[in-house]
Formats: sequence, C-alpha cells, structure tokens
Amino acid sequence: MNKMKKVPVSEQDPKVRATNFEEVCLGYNNEEAIAEATRCLNCKNPRCVGDCPVSISIPRFIQAVKNGNNEEAARIIAESSALPAVCGRVCPQESQCEGVCVLGIKGEAISIGKLERFVADWSRENNIDLSQTLPKNGKNVAVVGSGPAGLSCAGDLAKLGYEVTIFEALHEAGGVLVYGIPEFRLPKETVVKNEVENVKKLGVKIETNVIIGRTITIDQLFEDEDFKAVFIGSGAGLPRFMGIPGESSNGVSSANEFLTRNNLMKAFKDGYKTPIRAGEKVAVVGGGNVAMDAARTALRLGAEAHIVYRRGEEELPARAEEVHHAKEEGVIFDVLTNPTEILHDEKGWVTGMKCVKMELGEPDQSGRRSPMVIEGSEFILDVDTVIMSLGTSPNPLISSTTKGLDTNKRQCIIASDETGLTSREGVFAGGDAVTGAATVILAMGAGKKAAVGIHEYLSAK
Amino acid sequence: MYKIVKKERLTDNIYLMEIEAPRVARSANPGQFIIVKLDERGERIPLTICDYDPKKGTVTIVFQAMGASTEEMIKYEEGDSFKDFVGPLGMPSEFVHEDLEELSKKKIIFVAGGVGTAPVYPQVKWLNSKGIKADVIVGARNTDIVILQDEMKAVADNYYLATDDGSSGYKGLVTDKLRDLVEKEGKKYDLVVAIGPMIMMKFVTLLTKELNIPTVVSMNPIMVDGTGMCGACRVSVGGKIKFACVDGPEFDGHLVDFNQAMKRQSVYKTEEGRAILKEKEGSTHHGGCGNCGGDK
Repeated sequence: MNKMKKVPVSEQDPKVRATNFEEVCLGYNNEEAIAEATRCLNCKNPRCVGDCPVSISIPRFIQAVKNGNNEEAARIIAESSALPAVCGRVCPQESQCEGVCVLGIKGEAISIGKLERFVADWSRENNIDLSQTLPKNGKNVAVVGSGPAGLSCAGDLAKLGYEVTIFEALHEAGGVLVYGIPEFRLPKETVVKNEVENVKKLGVKIETNVIIGRTITIDQLFEDEDFKAVFIGSGAGLPRFMGIPGESSNGVSSANEFLTRNNLMKAFKDGYKTPIRAGEKVAVVGGGNVAMDAARTALRLGAEAHIVYRRGEEELPARAEEVHHAKEEGVIFDVLTNPTEILHDEKGWVTGMKCVKMELGEPDQSGRRSPMVIEGSEFILDVDTVIMSLGTSPNPLISSTTKGLDTNKRQCIIASDETGLTSREGVFAGGDAVTGAATVILAMGAGKKAAVGIHEYLSAK
Repeated sequence: MYKIVKKERLTDNIYLMEIEAPRVARSANPGQFIIVKLDERGERIPLTICDYDPKKGTVTIVFQAMGASTEEMIKYEEGDSFKDFVGPLGMPSEFVHEDLEELSKKKIIFVAGGVGTAPVYPQVKWLNSKGIKADVIVGARNTDIVILQDEMKAVADNYYLATDDGSSGYKGLVTDKLRDLVEKEGKKYDLVVAIGPMIMMKFVTLLTKELNIPTVVSMNPIMVDGTGMCGACRVSVGGKIKFACVDGPEFDGHLVDFNQAMKRQSVYKTEEGRAILKEKEGSTHHGGCGNCGGDK
C-alpha cells in the first residue's frame, strides 16, 4: 500500500446513484479506518487542530482509532464537537484540518473527515452514550434556531449545567441540515435525527413551530419566560434573486424552495403530500455547494441538469468533491455564462433562458477576476425550469423586532468574534446570522464560542 | 401536537376549527395567518386566522375543502390533533399600529369574497372593539354558501350581502354593490380592504382605482415555509418583488400585479389535480389524469 495516498473510500456507482437519494459516500469500514489512521504521524504540534474551527483533538482521536478503541475516539471528539457525523460529511476539510496536514506536503493529507465520520457512525451503531453533563444550575438559556450554531451552543451549555430551550421556526429541528443539504450527502433519519437526539439527551428542550419575532419576541423571552440569556443562531435563510425580466415566471424558484420541498418536505418520497417539479431541463444559476445540491437533486428527479455560472470552472465556489460528484453523475456545466432574461409562454411558464457568454478580466480589489460580458454572445439556453442559487442573507425578522440589536448593512447581526455578544445585554449571536452564509463547521465554532461567552456572562452575574 | 377543540361545518365545503395553540393565540393580530401540517407526511398549508382567544389559548381557522390536503383535513374531528401549527405569520393589518384617534376618523369598508369572509371577520371585530365602525360587503354565489353572517353583523356597522343569483341580499357582484354604495347612495370611504379570490380582488382594485379609494388586498399565493426563506410566495408590488409571507400578506392593491400572481397560483395545478385523483381513486388510480403515465 502506498503510504502517501489516502485509503480510498467506497462510493455508490455514479450511474446508479444518479437515480436514487441514497448516500453517495459509503464511508470506511473498521479495517480501512485503521489503515488510514495508521498513516497519521501523530505530530507534537499538530497543525490540523488549529485549523479545525472547533479544535477537535485530531491526532488523539486518530490514535484511538488506530488502536481499535473507537469508543475512546468518540469521547475525544465529543469533548469538542456535538455533530461529528454531520461535520465528517459536509465540512470542507481540504481548506480546514486536512488543508494543513503535514502529510499533504509530499502526498495526500490524512482523511480526517472520513475518520471522524467513521467514529461517529460507529458510536451511533453501537449506542455509545455521550450525554454526560455537570449538575443542573437552574439558569435558563434560550437558543433561537436549531441549525448547527444553535445545536452546538445548546449542547455545550447543557454540558455546563444550564437549562436550555431551543426555539425552531420549522416543524423539524436541524436547520440547513434538514431543509438544505440533500439525503445523498447527509442522510436525515440516521445521521441528522440521531445527532439532534444526542443534543436532546444532554437535557436540551426543542420547541418547534416557534418563530422568534412573530410567535414570541426576544424581549418576551426575558420578561415573560425567565430566560437569563439568549443565543441567536437563526442563520441566513433569505434567498436572493437576480432581478432579471421573467424571474417570476412559473418554473423559476429559489434553491431554498426547491431543496426545502425535496429535503424537509420529502417531496421525492412516495406518500408525502408536498409537490415538486424539476421539469425536463433545469438550469441552476450559481456555482456554490447549494447550486450543486440543487442540480444533483434535479438530476435524481429525472431532469437534465445544467449549472450556469458566470465565472470559470476554476472559480466555482463549491467544494471540489461536490463538483466532481456532480460531473460524474452527469450534471452539465455551462460556465462563463450569465442569464439576462427568463423567457415564458403566454400562460407564464418558462420556455428558455436568455444568456450571454462571459470572459474574465483583471483581478479586482478582492483578488477575484471579474466577469465581463462578451459583446454579441447572446444565446438562448433551452430549459423549462430555472433554480436560482445566488446565495442567501439573514432574515430581518428578529433584528427588526428586537430593540437595540444592531445589524450591519447586509442585515447581519453585529456580534463579538470572541464571545458572540451583541449590542444587547444578555443577547449573543453566531453562525450565518452574523457572518452571512458560510459553512456548517464555522457556525458550530461560533456556537461553541458563544456558549463560553454566555457561561462567563452568567457566572459573573 | 395541536388539538382540535371545536369543529363546525359552516356550509357545503367550508369548515371552522378551533385549535389549541396558546403561543399563537397570545400573539395573533388581525391580518395574520398560520400554517398547518396535518401529519408526518403532510404538506404545509397556509390559512388565515379567523379568530383568536388568548385566554383560552385557541385560534380559529376557517377553510374550504378544495384540494387533497384540505379534503383530508375535514376528516379530522374534535379531539384529534394536527402535528404542526405555526404562527402568527405575516404582518398584522396596518391599522393595528395606527393612532386610534386618526383611525376613528376613517371610514373603512371591507369587501369579502367567499371564504375570504373569515379573515375579514377578525379585522372588523378588532376595529369594533376599539369603537370603530366599519362597513362590510360579503359576496357569494348564493345564500347557501354565506358564512359567519351573524358574527359579522354583530361587529359591522352596515352589513351588505351580494349574491350572484340574488337568492338573498343584493343581486350582483361585490364590485357592483360597492359602486352603488359610492355612486348611488353617496357613501364616502377612505379605505377599502378586499379579501377573497384573486380575481375578485383584482376587479375590486380596478374599480377603486376609478373611484380613487386607497385599497388593501390580502394575497394568497403558494407558500412553503411562510417565514421568508424560500420566495415561493413572491408577488410583484409596484414593480418590486415582495414575499407575501413576511412583507404581506396585505399590500396596496393598486400596486399588485394580479395577472402575474394568478398565473403563479397555477404552478402546481396539475400536481394538485393528480393528488386529488389519486386520493379519490385509491388503489384503482392508474394515472387516469393522463398526465403521469402511471402511479407517479
């Protein structure tokens, strides 16, 4: 075996998986995990830990796996992370822990993500109880939103002895983990539900169907319900549209709508009532992970799926692994292409999308090469469905109904990097609500920091 | 779970249900709506709030059985529970935040079409509770499908009924009645609030534009989450895209693009039709809708 290369992980055949919603990556078995763990150099000053947003003791848990002690590995991870089965699957490890792994200089970095996933899946299958907490201290903390930031903040606070209640607007907990990321990357029943259950086992209460700002306000949480501190982890769920003509045609939706219908409402499954239509030819506009998820979902619903992106392939913001998977499955990439108008028939249905070809100019101040229209390059892309995946911004519902909560011009809540404290006493925030759309693991990191911030604030009181 | 404490059949296919939902009842205001999901596999259905009682902790909804999910909903009885019930959603009617003294100087008329009578009721009731009298026109195809008549009469200043067939009240459309009130009876209105089918709201706004009366309509587009995260409910208002679930559902009727909104309502029409067929035909359903070529 070549020690410089990762132990390969088995995956569903692209042709088969393009027609189902089963998980693409099958994960390591015990032997593969041990073989991969054996490659770890167990560095004295591990760089991987520093680049993990929640600072998991990576070499320690990998050594435990190598020695066949998976339960110990699970406990080591649990010290730092509440959602290892999720993070092992969806973190962009190549730009975090694995990106700085010493082995990556001459060969391939350790598959830290796949090993984390292996440990988490193993401990789920073996019912390992990781629910140890300090004695309850009787102090109530409210957490707004049950996405990665909220779950991780709630989990850490519960471990410290706080009485934590999460308020979730939707009917199911998990945030983007349930409505955004599809089954084929993140199974809901086994993985997400189980991680939410683990947080509940720590004593965290989850109240679904409560919209903070409508059902109850932050002020009422303090005044009427005896909460001593609030963490806002409400995410960035407000979709952007392009503002081009024809965008309200029938057959144009946001990626959020398309993915919510499919993932949260399970429109793809028999017997579920929510309808979904992917059409025959779909253009997904955008190049991020959400765009890849939407295109691969449309493909599985039977459509010919195109990614339409205004920059080049090099510039695609999605993870390389996702782009690779999408291509294997047959998603067509129309890069350096930008829509200018959506065409429709007299009944309002999409009949095509007018596009222009783009070229990349000189790098701008941000260092990115800005795309410019090639004159006279207009053409019509033959599609009957358009999914806009242009990014999201925070929902202003909470900031507009909470006195004294400062936001910036992008509607993001202003909060301290160190503690998560906002402009309101006792109110902390983190995750996409503060940064705008980012990653699951960054949101978890922010949730952890805020838990420490809240603990310090309430201990000093 | 959210328990049904009262169920009443108001007409042929319009039902009233009082649901136990204390948090929603405490925060509800006129103009807002809720989303209900019947069971694990159900879809999220937006319905306007007809009444609410913070003390009892209940919210009253009125709905018309018109699709697979609402047909299923009428099978629920008192004592049964819905899996999910979330709200209040949307912005309260603008007058809720207005200065009461200023508001009392205004003469408001509500125009309700069919099941749209239900969301008009809490608005008129709220105004009445503040000592403000408003007129109401209710439109219906015939007398048999008029709902909440006694309740509405109790809180309205003048109550007018307009039926297509003249089976009772005024014979004609709500727009004809409104025109008569203004042009023949010399009534002066500072605000018209129209709630009902989109086609009715469209024609009311065309009339009030001519009569030069500011008009509020309550939009009822397709919704999924109802919290602003998907944009399924987007409507064009004054050339700008608005999400009815968070920016509305009430908008300046003279700025709404009704033609587009009506087209968008049909997005899932075939799927809805198929769902009803499948429900009705049960195991004998073999794609008789001609659209799916099988049980898909």
